Amino acid sequence: MIIPCPFCGPRDLSEFAYCGDADNLAARPDPASTDQAAWNAYAYDRANPAGEHAEIWQHAGGCRRHLRVVRNTVTHAIGAVEMVGSKS
Amino acid sequence: MADYSALAIVRNALTGNENWKPAWRKPEPKTRYDVVIIGGGGHGLATAYYLASEFGIRNVAVLEKGWLGSGNIGRNTTIVRSNYMLTGNVPFYEHSMKLWENLSHELNYNVMFSQRGIINLFHTPGQEDEAARRGNSMILQGVDARFVRPPELRRRVPALNVSGNTRFPVLGGLEQPRAGTARHDAVAWGYARGADRRGVDIIENCEVTGFVRDGDQVTGVETTRGRISAGKIGVAVAGSTNRVMALAGIERLPIESHVLQAFVTESVKPCLDTVVTFGGGHLYISQSDKGSLVFGGDIDGYNSYAQRGNLPIVEDVMSEVLELFPAFAKLRLLRSWGGIMDMSMDGSPIITKGPVPGLYLNAGWCYGGFKATPASGWCFAHTIARDEPHEHNAAFTLDRFHRGYVIDEKGQGATPWKH
Repeated sequence: MIIPCPFCGPRDLSEFAYCGDADNLAARPDPASTDQAAWNAYAYDRANPAGEHAEIWQHAGGCRRHLRVVRNTVTHAIGAVEMVGSKS
Repeated sequence: MADYSALAIVRNALTGNENWKPAWRKPEPKTRYDVVIIGGGGHGLATAYYLASEFGIRNVAVLEKGWLGSGNIGRNTTIVRSNYMLTGNVPFYEHSMKLWENLSHELNYNVMFSQRGIINLFHTPGQEDEAARRGNSMILQGVDARFVRPPELRRRVPALNVSGNTRFPVLGGLEQPRAGTARHDAVAWGYARGADRRGVDIIENCEVTGFVRDGDQVTGVETTRGRISAGKIGVAVAGSTNRVMALAGIERLPIESHVLQAFVTESVKPCLDTVVTFGGGHLYISQSDKGSLVFGGDIDGYNSYAQRGNLPIVEDVMSEVLELFPAFAKLRLLRSWGGIMDMSMDGSPIITKGPVPGLYLNAGWCYGGFKATPASGWCFAHTIARDEPHEHNAAFTLDRFHRGYVIDEKGQGATPWKH
């Protein structure tokens, strides 16, 4: 599997570290919230689709940036890749 | 369908082996069953078998989208053990071990259960303490365990590098002598035949495409072979849990699907008569009765339904094999494959009533589904028949994550990546 890092170019999977489901991370409850059900759902429950899946990868063996990668979980095909926070 | 016996083998040999019957029928689906089990893998077939044999429910169908043995029951490394530590886990896996010990006899089907032992190696004083604690916990709960020191390891596992000149020198191992391996396909076939002869309909090439509802209650399934109504529906579909449960309106579960690769070498003469696991990395290796070495390591570590992995883990697993068994470098790798694991968030399984009325869920087996096959089927059948869990699966609820009663055998956080 080759992941095209926007900063370094296409690099081998072995340079990257998987950091989990991007949409789940984005759905983190307000840190001030004490809604236990919301925090439990955030910590444990996953959508787990067979198909396109947005996830965070860190280019740990390269530029060390965190990337938002859309990957197909059935074919391993890589779709859109962007740096986390690049839109802000 | 004849029993298998020495007499039957002789009789069939004398008639040119032309009179063997198929081990199970190929029935057309009926329009209604008392219980429908989705998933004709080891757990689904065992569930149907015990529903019929232990709980007297014989109007049962097992629906399999492919053919029997095409899923994880035919894709694993065949290891059977009950060397657990936590109280929620030990009685369940030990129940499974006891069922394994009588399984060939019970099914009249040789599942080639071989109690060759499993040795979990340790490499640091800290790991040795952990192994002692685990061994003591096992013995206290009625399971067998013993320490194996390097002089005995040299005799028992001659190919193992215990020289001390390694990255992780071997200090010893914790052995469960009653553990071992079984012929994985035979487990599926034996349970299938046993269930079939008790009246269970095993329906292959029948994919579930939707659920039939009456209000909140699930009352049947839509399949590629028509609508089937059911009093109760058990879901035991391993890596497809999220896809099937989404059909029932459950979009999020404490499960991620990950690929786990396994490997087989060419066949060689007997050189490894036990199962060895590598505590310095993560490797489990044994020699099959055909002579090939069967081994695996970690999951690839990211969500996947691909049933094939990627090269970094191949390299990682091979390096671990050669670290422990340098002589195996001369062997050729015959094949590798990937299976899809239901990685639950605490590394323990889910066998429970619900989460929707009329449904029963069996999922989240992580690395450990094969060894659990008999007890999983037994406990799931109990849960379906009695509408309440047996004491051995009472802890395996779906809501334990939200209630704070996780069963985290390995003690590694709420990610499915490490278990």
